[in-house]
Amino acid sequence: MTTPAIAANGLRKSYGDKVVLDGVDLAVPEGTVFSLLGPNGAGKTTAVKILSTLITADAGDLHVGGHDLAADPQAVRAAIGVTGQFSAVDGLITGEENMLLMADLHHLSRGEGRRTTAELLERFDLVEAAKRPASTYSGGMKRRLDIAMTLVGNPRIIFLDEPTTGLDPRSRHNMWGIIRELVTGGVTVFLTTQYLEEADELADRIAVLNDGKIAAEGTAEELKRLIPGGHVRLRFTDPSAYQSAAVALREAGRDDEALALQIPSGGSQRELRAILDWLDSAGIEADELTVHTPDLDDVFFALTGTGTVPNQTTQPKETVR
Amino acid sequence: MSTLSLAVRDSNTMLRRNLLHARRYPSLTLNLLLTPVMLLLLFVYIFGDVMSAGIGGGGADRSAYIAYIVPGLLLMTIGSTTIGTAVSVSNDMTEGIIARFRTMAIHRGSVLIGHVVGSVLQCVMSVVLVGAVGVAIGFRSTDATALEWLAAFGLLVLFAMALTWVAVGMGLISPNAEAASNNALPMILLPLLSSAFIPVDTMPGWFQPIAEYQPFTPAIETLRGLLLGSEIGHNGWLAVSWCLGLAVLGYFWSASKFNSDPK
Repeated sequence: MTTPAIAANGLRKSYGDKVVLDGVDLAVPEGTVFSLLGPNGAGKTTAVKILSTLITADAGDLHVGGHDLAADPQAVRAAIGVTGQFSAVDGLITGEENMLLMADLHHLSRGEGRRTTAELLERFDLVEAAKRPASTYSGGMKRRLDIAMTLVGNPRIIFLDEPTTGLDPRSRHNMWGIIRELVTGGVTVFLTTQYLEEADELADRIAVLNDGKIAAEGTAEELKRLIPGGHVRLRFTDPSAYQSAAVALREAGRDDEALALQIPSGGSQRELRAILDWLDSAGIEADELTVHTPDLDDVFFALTGTGTVPNQTTQPKETVR
Repeated sequence: MSTLSLAVRDSNTMLRRNLLHARRYPSLTLNLLLTPVMLLLLFVYIFGDVMSAGIGGGGADRSAYIAYIVPGLLLMTIGSTTIGTAVSVSNDMTEGIIARFRTMAIHRGSVLIGHVVGSVLQCVMSVVLVGAVGVAIGFRSTDATALEWLAAFGLLVLFAMALTWVAVGMGLISPNAEAASNNALPMILLPLLSSAFIPVDTMPGWFQPIAEYQPFTPAIETLRGLLLGSEIGHNGWLAVSWCLGLAVLGYFWSASKFNSDPK
Protein backbone atom coordinates (compact mmCIF):
# COMPACT_ATOMS: atom_id res chain seq x y z
CA MET A 1 0.00 0.00 0.00
CA THR A 2 1.29 3.47 -0.86
CA THR A 3 1.60 6.19 1.76
CA PRO A 4 -1.68 8.02 2.20
CA ALA A 5 -1.70 11.72 1.27
CA ILE A 6 -3.13 12.56 4.67
CA ALA A 7 -2.82 10.34 7.72
CA ALA A 8 -3.79 11.04 11.31
CA ASN A 9 -3.54 8.72 14.27
CA GLY A 10 -4.91 9.68 17.64
CA LEU A 11 -5.34 13.36 16.80
CA ARG A 12 -6.30 15.30 19.92
CA LYS A 13 -6.93 18.96 20.60
CA SER A 14 -8.59 20.77 23.44
CA TYR A 15 -9.05 24.41 24.35
CA GLY A 16 -8.89 24.60 28.12
CA ASP A 17 -11.44 22.14 29.45
CA LYS A 18 -13.22 21.79 26.15
CA VAL A 19 -12.12 18.75 24.19
CA VAL A 20 -12.56 19.53 20.50
CA LEU A 21 -10.90 16.50 18.90
CA ASP A 22 -10.79 13.38 20.99
CA GLY A 23 -8.61 10.83 19.23
CA VAL A 24 -9.35 11.11 15.54
CA ASP A 25 -7.90 8.57 13.07
CA LEU A 26 -7.95 9.33 9.36
CA ALA A 27 -6.29 8.06 6.21
CA VAL A 28 -6.84 9.68 2.84
CA PRO A 29 -5.35 7.90 -0.19
CA GLU A 30 -3.69 10.04 -2.84
CA GLY A 31 -5.92 11.37 -5.60
CA THR A 32 -9.19 10.87 -3.74
CA VAL A 33 -11.77 13.16 -2.20
CA PHE A 34 -12.28 12.72 1.50
CA SER A 35 -15.15 14.47 3.18
CA LEU A 36 -15.41 15.25 6.85
CA LEU A 37 -19.07 15.64 7.60
CA GLY A 38 -20.45 17.11 10.77
CA PRO A 39 -22.67 19.70 12.42
CA ASN A 40 -21.45 23.10 13.61
CA GLY A 41 -19.01 22.74 16.45
CA ALA A 42 -18.17 19.12 15.69
CA GLY A 43 -14.49 19.99 15.27
CA LYS A 44 -14.27 19.96 11.46
CA THR A 45 -12.57 23.33 11.19
CA THR A 46 -10.18 22.50 14.02
CA ALA A 47 -9.18 19.32 12.19
CA VAL A 48 -8.51 21.29 9.00
CA LYS A 49 -6.57 23.97 10.88
CA ILE A 50 -4.35 21.34 12.46
CA LEU A 51 -3.76 19.30 9.30
CA SER A 52 -2.98 22.48 7.36
CA THR A 53 -0.36 23.57 9.97
CA LEU A 54 -2.32 26.62 11.09
CA ILE A 55 -2.53 25.44 14.69
CA THR A 56 -0.73 22.67 16.55
CA ALA A 57 -2.28 19.47 17.84
CA ASP A 58 -2.05 18.41 21.49
CA ALA A 59 -1.29 14.83 20.51
CA GLY A 60 -1.33 12.53 17.51
CA ASP A 61 0.88 11.10 14.81
CA LEU A 62 0.12 13.30 11.82
CA HIS A 63 1.47 13.09 8.28
CA VAL A 64 0.53 15.15 5.26
CA GLY A 65 2.13 14.52 1.89
CA GLY A 66 4.45 12.08 3.64
CA HIS A 67 5.84 14.78 5.96
CA ASP A 68 5.52 14.81 9.72
CA LEU A 69 3.41 17.81 10.74
CA ALA A 70 5.25 18.35 14.00
CA ALA A 71 8.78 17.84 12.67
CA ASP A 72 8.61 19.52 9.29
CA PRO A 73 5.59 21.82 8.95
CA GLN A 74 7.33 23.83 6.24
CA ALA A 75 7.54 20.76 3.95
CA VAL A 76 3.85 20.12 4.57
CA ARG A 77 3.07 23.74 3.67
CA ALA A 78 4.93 23.35 0.38
CA ALA A 79 2.67 20.42 -0.53
CA ILE A 80 -0.73 21.80 0.40
CA GLY A 81 -3.22 24.48 -0.54
CA VAL A 82 -5.84 25.70 1.90
CA THR A 83 -9.15 27.46 1.42
CA GLY A 84 -10.53 28.22 4.83
CA GLN A 85 -14.09 28.76 5.86
CA PHE A 86 -13.73 32.53 5.91
CA SER A 87 -12.43 34.09 2.77
CA ALA A 88 -8.66 34.30 2.81
CA VAL A 89 -8.38 37.11 0.30
CA ASP A 90 -6.89 40.55 0.79
CA GLY A 91 -9.95 42.77 0.44
CA LEU A 92 -7.96 45.99 0.07
CA ILE A 93 -6.32 45.01 -3.20
CA THR A 94 -7.78 43.79 -6.48
CA GLY A 95 -8.43 40.20 -7.44
CA GLU A 96 -5.55 40.29 -9.88
CA GLU A 97 -3.20 41.75 -7.27
CA ASN A 98 -4.23 38.98 -4.89
CA MET A 99 -3.28 36.41 -7.52
CA LEU A 100 0.06 38.09 -8.27
CA LEU A 101 0.79 38.23 -4.54
CA MET A 102 0.34 34.45 -4.40
CA ALA A 103 2.58 34.02 -7.45
CA ASP A 104 5.30 36.08 -5.75
CA LEU A 105 5.00 34.09 -2.53
CA HIS A 106 5.35 30.88 -4.53
CA HIS A 107 8.48 32.40 -6.06
CA LEU A 108 7.26 32.18 -9.62
CA SER A 109 9.06 34.32 -12.14
CA ARG A 110 7.32 37.49 -13.27
CA GLY A 111 6.18 36.03 -16.58
CA GLU A 112 5.13 32.76 -15.05
CA GLY A 113 3.18 34.62 -12.37
CA ARG A 114 1.34 36.73 -14.93
CA ARG A 115 0.54 33.67 -17.03
CA THR A 116 -0.75 31.63 -14.08
CA THR A 117 -2.80 34.59 -12.87
CA ALA A 118 -4.38 35.15 -16.26
CA GLU A 119 -5.16 31.44 -16.65
CA LEU A 120 -6.76 31.06 -13.25
CA LEU A 121 -8.76 34.29 -13.47
CA GLU A 122 -10.10 33.04 -16.79
CA ARG A 123 -10.84 29.57 -15.44
CA PHE A 124 -12.73 30.93 -12.44
CA ASP A 125 -14.64 33.50 -14.44
CA LEU A 126 -13.07 36.47 -12.71
CA VAL A 127 -11.56 38.30 -15.67
CA GLU A 128 -14.09 41.13 -15.60
CA ALA A 129 -13.75 41.61 -11.86
CA ALA A 130 -9.94 41.31 -11.88
CA LYS A 131 -9.28 45.05 -11.56
CA ARG A 132 -11.76 45.64 -8.72
CA PRO A 133 -10.87 45.44 -5.01
CA ALA A 134 -11.71 42.01 -3.66
CA SER A 135 -13.81 43.57 -0.89
CA THR A 136 -16.42 44.49 -3.51
CA TYR A 137 -16.87 40.86 -4.64
CA SER A 138 -19.99 38.81 -3.92
CA GLY A 139 -19.74 35.76 -1.67
CA GLY A 140 -19.49 33.38 -4.62
CA MET A 141 -16.83 35.47 -6.35
CA LYS A 142 -14.76 35.72 -3.18
CA ARG A 143 -14.92 31.97 -2.78
CA ARG A 144 -13.82 31.49 -6.41
CA LEU A 145 -10.95 33.93 -5.98
CA ASP A 146 -10.03 32.16 -2.76
CA ILE A 147 -9.77 28.80 -4.54
CA ALA A 148 -7.96 30.33 -7.50
CA MET A 149 -5.37 31.72 -5.05
CA THR A 150 -5.04 28.30 -3.45
CA LEU A 151 -4.25 26.78 -6.86
CA VAL A 152 -1.42 29.17 -7.78
CA GLY A 153 1.30 26.90 -6.43
CA ASN A 154 -0.18 23.75 -8.00
CA PRO A 155 -0.69 22.04 -4.62
CA ARG A 156 -1.11 18.25 -4.69
CA ILE A 157 -3.23 18.22 -1.55
CA ILE A 158 -6.02 20.72 -1.06
CA PHE A 159 -8.01 21.46 2.09
CA LEU A 160 -11.42 23.01 1.56
CA ASP A 161 -13.24 24.01 4.72
CA GLU A 162 -16.97 24.27 4.00
CA PRO A 163 -16.38 25.63 0.50
CA THR A 164 -20.08 26.01 -0.28
CA THR A 165 -21.48 27.28 3.01
CA GLY A 166 -23.41 30.46 2.34
CA LEU A 167 -23.42 30.05 -1.43
CA ASP A 168 -26.57 30.10 -3.54
CA PRO A 169 -27.50 26.86 -5.36
CA ARG A 170 -25.95 27.92 -8.65
CA SER A 171 -22.64 28.91 -7.07
CA ARG A 172 -22.70 25.68 -5.09
CA HIS A 173 -23.03 23.61 -8.25
CA ASN A 174 -20.25 25.63 -9.88
CA MET A 175 -18.06 24.90 -6.88
CA TRP A 176 -18.80 21.19 -7.18
CA GLY A 177 -17.72 21.35 -10.82
CA ILE A 178 -14.47 23.03 -9.80
CA ILE A 179 -13.75 20.39 -7.17
CA ARG A 180 -14.45 17.54 -9.60
CA GLU A 181 -12.07 19.14 -12.09
CA LEU A 182 -9.33 19.27 -9.46
CA VAL A 183 -9.69 15.60 -8.69
CA THR A 184 -9.45 14.69 -12.36
CA GLY A 185 -6.02 16.30 -12.26
CA GLY A 186 -4.94 13.83 -9.56
CA VAL A 187 -5.20 16.22 -6.64
CA THR A 188 -6.15 14.92 -3.20
CA VAL A 189 -9.02 16.88 -1.69
CA PHE A 190 -9.90 17.07 1.98
CA LEU A 191 -13.35 18.63 2.19
CA THR A 192 -15.48 19.53 5.17
CA THR A 193 -19.18 20.11 4.82
CA GLN A 194 -22.45 20.20 6.71
CA TYR A 195 -24.34 18.82 3.75
CA LEU A 196 -24.75 15.11 3.23
CA GLU A 197 -25.72 15.79 -0.36
CA GLU A 198 -22.41 17.51 -1.00
CA ALA A 199 -20.36 14.70 0.50
CA ASP A 200 -22.47 12.26 -1.47
CA GLU A 201 -21.82 14.14 -4.73
CA LEU A 202 -18.09 14.56 -4.35
CA ALA A 203 -16.45 12.27 -1.87
CA ASP A 204 -14.89 8.86 -2.32
CA ARG A 205 -14.95 8.38 1.40
CA ILE A 206 -16.87 10.17 4.11
CA ALA A 207 -16.18 10.37 7.82
CA VAL A 208 -18.83 11.64 10.18
CA LEU A 209 -17.37 13.72 12.96
CA ASN A 210 -19.42 14.16 16.08
CA ASP A 211 -18.31 15.54 19.41
CA GLY A 212 -14.65 15.30 18.43
CA LYS A 213 -14.82 11.64 17.44
CA ILE A 214 -15.32 9.85 14.15
CA ALA A 215 -18.80 8.36 14.52
CA ALA A 216 -18.61 6.44 11.24
CA GLU A 217 -16.49 6.23 8.14
CA GLY A 218 -17.07 4.74 4.74
CA THR A 219 -18.35 5.40 1.24
CA ALA A 220 -21.63 7.27 0.85
CA GLU A 221 -23.36 3.96 0.16
CA GLU A 222 -21.93 2.35 3.26
CA LEU A 223 -23.04 5.25 5.42
CA LYS A 224 -26.52 5.23 3.97
CA ARG A 225 -26.89 1.61 4.90
CA LEU A 226 -26.21 2.61 8.50
CA ILE A 227 -29.11 5.01 8.70
CA PRO A 228 -32.70 3.94 9.19
CA GLY A 229 -33.92 5.42 5.93
CA GLY A 230 -36.72 7.83 5.33
CA HIS A 231 -40.15 8.04 6.75
CA VAL A 232 -43.66 9.19 6.03
CA ARG A 233 -44.97 11.80 8.42
CA LEU A 234 -48.67 12.08 9.13
CA ARG A 235 -49.90 15.23 10.81
CA PHE A 236 -53.26 15.68 12.47
CA THR A 237 -55.08 18.80 13.61
CA ASP A 238 -57.64 17.01 15.76
CA PRO A 239 -56.13 15.51 18.94
CA SER A 240 -58.72 12.73 19.13
CA ALA A 241 -58.08 11.70 15.52
CA TYR A 242 -54.38 11.70 16.39
CA GLN A 243 -54.98 9.50 19.46
CA SER A 244 -57.02 6.91 17.60
CA ALA A 245 -54.52 6.84 14.75
CA ALA A 246 -51.68 6.40 17.23
CA VAL A 247 -53.47 3.43 18.75
CA ALA A 248 -54.12 1.88 15.34
CA LEU A 249 -50.55 2.47 14.11
CA ARG A 250 -48.64 1.16 17.05
CA GLU A 251 -45.50 0.72 14.99
CA ALA A 252 -45.32 4.43 14.16
CA GLY A 253 -43.14 6.88 16.04
CA ARG A 254 -45.14 9.45 17.98
CA ASP A 255 -44.67 13.16 18.32
CA ASP A 256 -47.44 14.08 20.73
CA GLU A 257 -46.73 17.79 20.75
CA ALA A 258 -46.94 18.18 17.01
CA LEU A 259 -49.74 15.61 16.71
CA ALA A 260 -47.67 13.73 14.16
CA LEU A 261 -46.87 10.09 13.49
CA GLN A 262 -43.86 8.78 11.63
CA ILE A 263 -43.96 5.58 9.67
CA PRO A 264 -40.59 4.31 8.45
CA SER A 265 -40.49 4.08 4.67
CA GLY A 266 -37.94 4.10 1.90
CA GLY A 267 -40.14 6.45 -0.09
CA SER A 268 -40.63 4.28 -3.18
CA GLN A 269 -43.95 4.32 -5.02
CA ARG A 270 -44.69 0.76 -3.93
CA GLU A 271 -43.98 1.42 -0.28
CA LEU A 272 -46.10 4.58 -0.35
CA ARG A 273 -49.02 2.74 -1.92
CA ALA A 274 -48.77 0.06 0.77
CA ILE A 275 -48.90 2.70 3.48
CA LEU A 276 -51.85 4.48 1.89
CA ASP A 277 -53.75 1.18 1.54
CA TRP A 278 -53.03 0.39 5.12
CA LEU A 279 -54.19 3.83 6.31
CA ASP A 280 -57.39 3.48 4.26
CA SER A 281 -58.19 0.06 5.71
CA ALA A 282 -57.58 1.36 9.22
CA GLY A 283 -59.87 4.31 8.51
CA ILE A 284 -57.23 6.93 9.27
CA GLU A 285 -57.29 10.28 7.53
CA ALA A 286 -54.35 12.56 8.26
CA ASP A 287 -54.52 16.29 7.55
CA GLU A 288 -51.09 16.32 6.01
CA LEU A 289 -48.81 13.63 4.63
CA THR A 290 -45.15 14.29 3.84
CA VAL A 291 -42.39 11.97 2.65
CA HIS A 292 -38.94 12.46 4.19
CA THR A 293 -35.79 11.10 2.61
CA PRO A 294 -32.75 10.58 4.86
CA ASP A 295 -30.82 13.74 5.55
CA LEU A 296 -27.88 14.72 7.68
CA ASP A 297 -30.11 14.76 10.77
CA ASP A 298 -31.02 11.12 10.21
CA VAL A 299 -27.37 10.20 9.78
CA PHE A 300 -26.49 11.88 13.02
CA PHE A 301 -29.31 10.54 15.09
CA ALA A 302 -28.67 7.09 13.72
CA LEU A 303 -24.91 7.20 14.17
CA THR A 304 -24.71 8.95 17.48
CA GLY A 305 -27.95 7.85 19.11
CA THR A 306 -28.42 11.31 20.58
CA GLY A 307 -31.66 11.28 22.55
CA THR A 308 -32.42 14.92 22.07
CA VAL A 309 -35.09 14.50 19.42
CA PRO A 310 -37.66 12.11 20.87
CA ASN A 311 -39.63 11.40 17.72
CA GLN A 312 -36.48 10.13 16.04
CA THR A 313 -35.20 7.83 18.75
CA THR A 314 -38.52 6.06 19.22
CA GLN A 315 -38.73 5.38 15.52
CA PRO A 316 -38.94 1.63 14.86
CA LYS A 317 -36.45 0.19 12.40
CA GLU A 318 -38.85 -2.25 10.76
CA THR A 319 -40.24 -1.21 7.42
CA VAL A 320 -43.94 -1.37 6.72
CA ARG A 321 -45.26 -4.31 4.74
CA MET B 1 16.72 28.89 -1.88
CA SER B 2 18.68 29.76 1.22
CA THR B 3 16.86 30.90 4.33
CA LEU B 4 18.21 34.42 4.04
CA SER B 5 17.28 34.97 0.42
CA LEU B 6 13.88 33.42 1.12
CA ALA B 7 13.43 35.85 4.01
CA VAL B 8 14.47 38.83 1.88
CA ARG B 9 12.30 37.85 -1.05
CA ASP B 10 9.16 37.13 0.98
CA SER B 11 9.62 40.19 3.19
CA ASN B 12 9.96 42.28 0.07
CA THR B 13 6.72 40.81 -1.30
CA MET B 14 4.96 41.61 1.98
CA LEU B 15 6.44 45.11 1.98
CA ARG B 16 5.08 45.75 -1.49
CA ARG B 17 1.68 44.54 -0.31
CA ASN B 18 1.72 46.96 2.63
CA LEU B 19 2.88 49.87 0.52
CA LEU B 20 0.11 49.07 -1.96
CA HIS B 21 -2.39 49.29 0.91
CA ALA B 22 -0.91 52.60 2.04
CA ARG B 23 -0.93 53.99 -1.48
CA ARG B 24 -4.47 52.87 -2.19
CA TYR B 25 -5.87 54.02 1.14
CA PRO B 26 -3.75 57.04 2.11
CA SER B 27 -6.46 58.52 4.36
CA LEU B 28 -5.28 56.67 7.48
CA THR B 29 -1.69 57.88 7.10
CA LEU B 30 -2.76 61.42 6.25
CA ASN B 31 -5.22 61.60 9.16
CA LEU B 32 -2.46 60.61 11.52
CA LEU B 33 -0.29 63.40 10.12
CA LEU B 34 -2.94 65.96 11.01
CA THR B 35 -2.29 65.68 14.76
CA PRO B 36 1.37 66.78 14.73
CA VAL B 37 0.74 69.45 12.08
CA MET B 38 -2.23 70.89 14.01
CA LEU B 39 -0.25 70.87 17.24
CA LEU B 40 2.64 72.60 15.52
CA LEU B 41 0.42 75.37 14.20
CA LEU B 42 -1.54 75.60 17.46
CA PHE B 43 1.50 75.95 19.65
CA VAL B 44 3.32 78.35 17.35
CA TYR B 45 0.49 80.67 16.28
CA ILE B 46 -2.01 80.47 19.17
CA PHE B 47 0.11 79.77 22.26
CA GLY B 48 3.36 80.92 20.67
CA ASP B 49 3.79 84.22 22.52
CA VAL B 50 3.33 82.71 25.97
CA MET B 51 5.37 79.61 25.12
CA SER B 52 8.31 81.54 23.70
CA ALA B 53 8.32 83.79 26.77
CA GLY B 54 8.83 80.67 28.88
CA ILE B 55 11.94 79.31 27.20
CA GLY B 56 15.48 80.48 27.10
CA GLY B 57 15.06 82.55 30.27
CA GLY B 58 12.31 84.66 28.69
CA GLY B 59 12.51 87.25 25.98
CA ALA B 60 12.80 84.67 23.16
CA ASP B 61 10.75 85.39 20.06
CA ARG B 62 8.46 83.20 18.06
CA SER B 63 11.18 81.93 15.72
CA ALA B 64 13.12 80.64 18.73
CA TYR B 65 10.06 78.71 19.83
CA ILE B 66 9.60 77.25 16.34
CA ALA B 67 13.17 76.01 16.54
CA TYR B 68 12.46 74.57 19.98
CA ILE B 69 9.25 72.76 19.07
CA VAL B 70 9.99 71.26 15.60
CA PRO B 71 12.38 68.45 16.71
CA GLY B 72 9.79 67.21 19.25
CA LEU B 73 7.05 67.31 16.67
CA LEU B 74 9.13 65.32 14.20
CA LEU B 75 9.41 62.54 16.79
CA MET B 76 5.75 62.90 17.67
CA THR B 77 5.01 62.39 13.97
CA ILE B 78 6.75 59.04 14.21
CA GLY B 79 4.66 58.13 17.27
CA SER B 80 1.51 59.15 15.46
CA THR B 81 2.38 57.20 12.32
CA THR B 82 2.99 54.02 14.30
CA ILE B 83 -0.59 54.18 15.62
CA GLY B 84 -1.51 53.52 12.01
CA THR B 85 0.84 50.55 12.06
CA ALA B 86 -0.89 49.06 15.10
CA VAL B 87 -4.25 49.54 13.40
CA SER B 88 -3.17 48.00 10.12
CA VAL B 89 -1.49 45.02 11.82
CA SER B 90 -4.63 44.42 13.86
CA ASN B 91 -6.80 44.71 10.74
CA ASP B 92 -4.53 42.29 8.95
CA MET B 93 -4.74 39.70 11.71
CA THR B 94 -8.54 39.68 11.62
CA GLU B 95 -8.47 38.99 7.88
CA GLY B 96 -8.38 35.47 6.53
CA ILE B 97 -5.38 36.29 4.36
CA ILE B 98 -3.01 35.93 7.32
CA ALA B 99 -4.30 32.41 7.92
CA ARG B 100 -3.44 31.72 4.30
CA PHE B 101 0.09 33.10 4.73
CA ARG B 102 0.57 30.88 7.77
CA THR B 103 -0.22 27.76 5.75
CA MET B 104 2.19 28.66 2.94
CA ALA B 105 5.85 27.70 2.69
CA ILE B 106 7.04 31.27 3.08
CA HIS B 107 9.44 32.86 5.51
CA ARG B 108 7.54 32.97 8.77
CA GLY B 109 8.64 36.42 9.83
CA SER B 110 8.08 38.08 6.45
CA VAL B 111 4.55 39.23 7.35
CA LEU B 112 5.82 41.25 10.31
CA ILE B 113 9.03 42.40 8.63
CA GLY B 114 6.93 43.68 5.74
CA HIS B 115 4.85 45.70 8.19
CA VAL B 116 7.89 47.06 10.02
CA VAL B 117 9.83 48.14 6.94
CA GLY B 118 6.66 49.61 5.42
CA SER B 119 5.94 51.51 8.59
CA VAL B 120 9.49 52.88 8.88
CA LEU B 121 9.26 54.11 5.28
CA GLN B 122 5.94 55.77 6.05
CA CYS B 123 7.45 57.37 9.14
CA VAL B 124 10.28 58.82 7.07
CA MET B 125 7.79 60.16 4.56
CA SER B 126 5.64 61.67 7.29
CA VAL B 127 8.65 63.24 8.99
CA VAL B 128 9.64 64.82 5.68
CA LEU B 129 6.11 66.23 5.24
CA VAL B 130 5.87 67.62 8.78
CA GLY B 131 9.45 68.86 8.50
CA ALA B 132 8.46 70.71 5.33
CA VAL B 133 5.62 72.41 7.21
CA GLY B 134 8.14 73.34 9.89
CA VAL B 135 10.49 74.86 7.31
CA ALA B 136 7.58 76.68 5.70
CA ILE B 137 6.73 78.45 8.96
CA GLY B 138 10.32 79.37 9.62
CA PHE B 139 12.29 76.45 11.05
CA ARG B 140 15.96 76.65 10.08
CA SER B 141 18.88 74.46 10.95
CA THR B 142 21.78 76.65 9.93
CA ASP B 143 24.85 75.33 11.70
CA ALA B 144 24.28 71.54 11.38
CA THR B 145 27.05 69.73 9.48
CA ALA B 146 26.37 67.00 6.94
CA LEU B 147 27.46 64.45 9.51
CA GLU B 148 24.99 65.86 12.02
CA TRP B 149 22.22 65.70 9.43
CA LEU B 150 23.10 62.09 8.76
CA ALA B 151 23.11 61.30 12.48
CA ALA B 152 19.73 63.05 12.85
CA PHE B 153 18.32 60.97 10.03
CA GLY B 154 19.76 57.81 11.57
CA LEU B 155 18.20 58.66 14.92
CA LEU B 156 14.79 59.23 13.32
CA VAL B 157 14.95 55.89 11.49
CA LEU B 158 16.11 54.04 14.60
CA PHE B 159 13.38 55.66 16.68
CA ALA B 160 10.79 54.80 14.02
CA MET B 161 11.93 51.19 13.98
CA ALA B 162 11.78 50.92 17.77
CA LEU B 163 8.27 52.37 18.05
CA THR B 164 7.12 50.31 15.06
CA TRP B 165 8.09 46.99 16.64
CA VAL B 166 6.22 47.98 19.79
CA ALA B 167 3.24 49.10 17.70
CA VAL B 168 3.25 45.77 15.84
CA GLY B 169 3.00 43.98 19.19
CA MET B 170 0.16 46.28 20.20
CA GLY B 171 -1.60 45.51 16.94
CA LEU B 172 -1.15 41.77 17.46
CA ILE B 173 -2.77 41.78 20.91
CA SER B 174 -5.69 43.95 19.78
CA PRO B 175 -8.83 42.11 18.71
CA ASN B 176 -9.89 44.91 16.33
CA ALA B 177 -8.87 48.27 14.87
CA GLU B 178 -10.52 50.36 17.62
CA ALA B 179 -8.71 48.44 20.34
CA ALA B 180 -5.45 48.78 18.42
CA SER B 181 -5.80 52.53 18.14
CA ASN B 182 -6.58 52.74 21.88
CA ASN B 183 -3.70 50.48 22.85
CA ALA B 184 -1.32 52.57 20.77
CA LEU B 185 -2.38 55.88 22.36
CA PRO B 186 0.83 56.15 24.45
CA MET B 187 2.65 56.71 21.16
CA ILE B 188 1.04 60.13 20.88
CA LEU B 189 0.49 60.85 24.60
CA LEU B 190 4.11 60.34 25.65
CA PRO B 191 5.42 63.23 23.52
CA LEU B 192 2.94 65.54 25.30
CA LEU B 193 4.64 64.58 28.58
CA SER B 194 8.13 65.15 27.21
CA SER B 195 10.33 68.13 26.49
CA ALA B 196 8.65 68.50 23.08
CA PHE B 197 6.66 71.64 23.97
CA ILE B 198 8.25 72.96 27.16
CA PRO B 199 11.62 72.34 28.82
CA VAL B 200 11.60 69.66 31.49
CA ASP B 201 12.96 72.05 34.14
CA THR B 202 9.81 74.17 33.90
CA MET B 203 7.69 71.17 34.98
CA PRO B 204 6.76 70.35 38.62
CA GLY B 205 9.68 68.78 40.46
CA TRP B 206 8.02 65.42 41.12
CA PHE B 207 7.22 65.04 37.43
CA GLN B 208 10.63 65.97 36.05
CA PRO B 209 12.22 62.50 36.34
CA ILE B 210 9.29 60.93 34.46
CA ALA B 211 9.50 63.48 31.68
CA GLU B 212 13.26 63.37 31.54
CA TYR B 213 13.77 59.62 31.29
CA GLN B 214 10.83 58.49 29.14
CA PRO B 215 11.86 57.49 25.59
CA PHE B 216 10.77 60.67 23.83
CA THR B 217 12.73 63.28 25.82
CA PRO B 218 16.26 61.91 25.25
CA ALA B 219 15.46 61.43 21.55
CA ILE B 220 14.08 64.96 21.29
CA GLU B 221 17.07 66.47 23.10
CA THR B 222 19.48 64.53 20.91
CA LEU B 223 17.70 65.66 17.74
CA ARG B 224 17.76 69.29 19.02
CA GLY B 225 21.44 68.98 19.67
CA LEU B 226 22.14 67.59 16.20
CA LEU B 227 20.01 70.12 14.31
CA LEU B 228 20.39 73.21 16.48
CA GLY B 229 23.67 72.70 18.31
CA SER B 230 22.26 72.58 21.83
CA GLU B 231 23.84 70.45 24.56
CA ILE B 232 23.24 66.68 23.99
CA GLY B 233 25.09 65.31 27.02
CA HIS B 234 23.93 61.94 28.28
CA ASN B 235 20.78 62.14 26.12
CA GLY B 236 22.61 60.66 23.13
CA TRP B 237 23.31 57.28 24.59
CA LEU B 238 20.02 57.34 26.53
CA ALA B 239 18.13 57.80 23.26
CA VAL B 240 20.04 55.06 21.47
CA SER B 241 19.57 52.66 24.42
CA TRP B 242 15.85 53.36 24.54
CA CYS B 243 15.58 52.71 20.78
CA LEU B 244 17.55 49.46 20.87
CA GLY B 245 15.76 48.29 24.03
CA LEU B 246 12.29 49.01 22.67
CA ALA B 247 13.13 47.49 19.29
CA VAL B 248 14.41 44.25 20.82
CA LEU B 249 11.54 44.06 23.31
CA GLY B 250 8.95 44.84 20.64
CA TYR B 251 10.52 42.31 18.28
CA PHE B 252 10.43 39.41 20.75
CA TRP B 253 6.97 40.36 21.98
CA SER B 254 5.60 40.53 18.43
CA ALA B 255 7.35 37.35 17.32
CA SER B 256 5.99 35.35 20.26
CA LYS B 257 2.46 36.71 19.71
CA PHE B 258 2.62 36.00 15.99
CA ASN B 259 4.01 32.50 16.43
CA SER B 260 1.48 31.39 19.00
CA ASP B 261 -1.58 29.54 17.67
CA PRO B 262 -4.22 31.92 16.33
CA LYS B 263 -7.61 31.76 18.00
